[in-house]
Amino acid sequence: MKLRDLSDLAFRNLREAVLRNSLTTLGVAVGVASLVAMLSLGVGLQQLATSRLAKSGLFDSIFVTPKTNLRGPGGGPPATRAPASKARPLDAAARAEISRMPNVIEVYPQIRFFTEVRYDSKPFATMVAGMPESSKASGAFDGMQGSFFSSPNADEAILQAEFAKELNPQTASLIGKDLILRYAERQALPSQAQAGDPAEYPGGFSVVPKEKHLRIIGVVETEPASGFGGFGSGRLLIPLPLAETLRAAQVNDLRDILRDTSSDKPTYSSLTVRVKSPSLVEATEAKLKDLGFSAFSLLDASKSLRIFFLVFDLLLTIFSSLALAVATLGIINTLVMAVLERRREIGVLKALGAADSDVKQLFFVEAGVIGLFGGILGVFLGWLIGRTLNFGTVLYLHRQNLPGVDITSVPLWLVAFGILFAVLVSLAAGLYPASRAARLDPVQALRYE
Amino acid sequence: MTELPPAIHLESVSRHYLMGESVIRAVNDVSLTVPSGGFLALLGSSGSGKSTLLNLIAGLDRPSSGSVVAHGQDLSKMSSLELARYRRQTVGMVFQSFNLLPRMTLEENVELPLRLAEVDRSERATRVREALSRVGLEKRIGHRPSELSGGEQQRTAIARALVNRPKILLADEPTGNLDSATGESILTLLREIQKNPGMTIVMVTHERALAERFADCLAVMGDGKLLSNGAAR
Repeated sequence: MKLRDLSDLAFRNLREAVLRNSLTTLGVAVGVASLVAMLSLGVGLQQLATSRLAKSGLFDSIFVTPKTNLRGPGGGPPATRAPASKARPLDAAARAEISRMPNVIEVYPQIRFFTEVRYDSKPFATMVAGMPESSKASGAFDGMQGSFFSSPNADEAILQAEFAKELNPQTASLIGKDLILRYAERQALPSQAQAGDPAEYPGGFSVVPKEKHLRIIGVVETEPASGFGGFGSGRLLIPLPLAETLRAAQVNDLRDILRDTSSDKPTYSSLTVRVKSPSLVEATEAKLKDLGFSAFSLLDASKSLRIFFLVFDLLLTIFSSLALAVATLGIINTLVMAVLERRREIGVLKALGAADSDVKQLFFVEAGVIGLFGGILGVFLGWLIGRTLNFGTVLYLHRQNLPGVDITSVPLWLVAFGILFAVLVSLAAGLYPASRAARLDPVQALRYE
Repeated sequence: MTELPPAIHLESVSRHYLMGESVIRAVNDVSLTVPSGGFLALLGSSGSGKSTLLNLIAGLDRPSSGSVVAHGQDLSKMSSLELARYRRQTVGMVFQSFNLLPRMTLEENVELPLRLAEVDRSERATRVREALSRVGLEKRIGHRPSELSGGEQQRTAIARALVNRPKILLADEPTGNLDSATGESILTLLREIQKNPGMTIVMVTHERALAERFADCLAVMGDGKLLSNGAAR
């Protein structure tokens, strides 16, 4: 029999026992709904995590440092040192070279320095961190009080909430106020290399106290300057270009002296290199190593995250499949009942020339139709459950004064998977009833009253 | 003039069933020939094996021994798929209890064998109307079997049996559920159908008088054996 005729007959048969078949279809729908809802939660959480991490720039960033070449205390005086291979300095020239590399979109140094801030004539010790312009899109400043820096060189500061509370518990009142940043500016001394052996008389620098007036323009709850590449949480955030012009003495400056790099050329303790996409990280990391630097990325952490969510999704699928397994028993029951009730009809069909395979296909199509409708309804219900979860989450987060997020997501592949899975499971459930119907002896079936 | 090959030829056909430890010989060593275009009435009391014999000719059952040859095809050697094709293309069946599908209209009931034979949809409607007009029910095409009298239902069953243009029409007690006048009209219809060149009819009945009036040959069965076989008139 042709598929269209099989479908016609199957629909007709299903309509005959509309209540029973509707309930069976509903059973499948509930099973699929639980599956789709669970998976949508898994997908949603994964998307949320990856998008947050992607926005944070952690997974498209490479942390570059000079190769460690620190001479130990037993190195002896300069005159007796063995000619060691000098590590390539991470200086302005290196930064420019890295910036020119393909797929690199941003190269910026880590600028953090511990210093004193005067606010309302009172001193406060804090860590200052320079924030690149791109950090605005990282999500860390979402929901902040006030606004982001008006320009890359603006004399403006954003305070981390905990630090802001130290200045004034009413953090909102800080916005628009001024504070004074007191810091030590590094000023290079003339190199003594001109006077003698550069190895024996390396250059140095002096530190000069300076002040900078900054306007507070925002207060942020999160810690945008912490995490990957950070040496400690920045609590007073200023634009990175501004931080660079301050030439404030940093922790690594002392190390530079030991490494003979404390000349008039400033070096960076580290550079953060951002590439166009996380997939380009590995190749770029290798190229940076070829240039003579140490490079590190969180790509492995990203892989672990993917593995975690795969296992998480698998577990959700297994648990939510239990409901579908129960629905499968419902399909088997419905179709076995249908075979019993329609024994005579099966006998008539066979007497009129239906092959065993025609009868089998008829019951298969009926099972498939139950699965198809159950799948479509189930996906819709699963989506509805997901939306309800999202709604509830957003409501809860808003009550906590946090921005709302979608924790569930039903992508197209999940819709297709839900429906296909329902059809396949239903077809599997139809195997036994269909083969039982096909095996019926037509003579016995025709005698059945 | 050359003689036509027989439509049906049964050679020492037996059909035995095991019931517990005893063997039921429903059909026992029956040999019978039905000429092409003939009308054979199988007579016998209840349990004589006539319906079993009809099922063997219909390809719904297989003989325990012997051979059933219909239009040159040995049914005992056919696979189940080939038997299904044989039932679809060579035979049409009419039952005592009509066996129309109650949820389908007459049109859909009659169309069913055409669906099984995968006849094009465009051709089906014409053939269904032809078959129903042949039995005088073209005006009831949209009705359901429950809206019809017993005679009309049997006519519909005959239309369904004929719609695939079979060479053999097998009727199992076609008048068994009908009053005598309606039964007679059904047999008259069968007789008209038999006038089609090459249409062979085998009818199981226990009404000897009707069988003698309408059939060409009578075969009487008893206890699974063929007791007599000869011309009806």
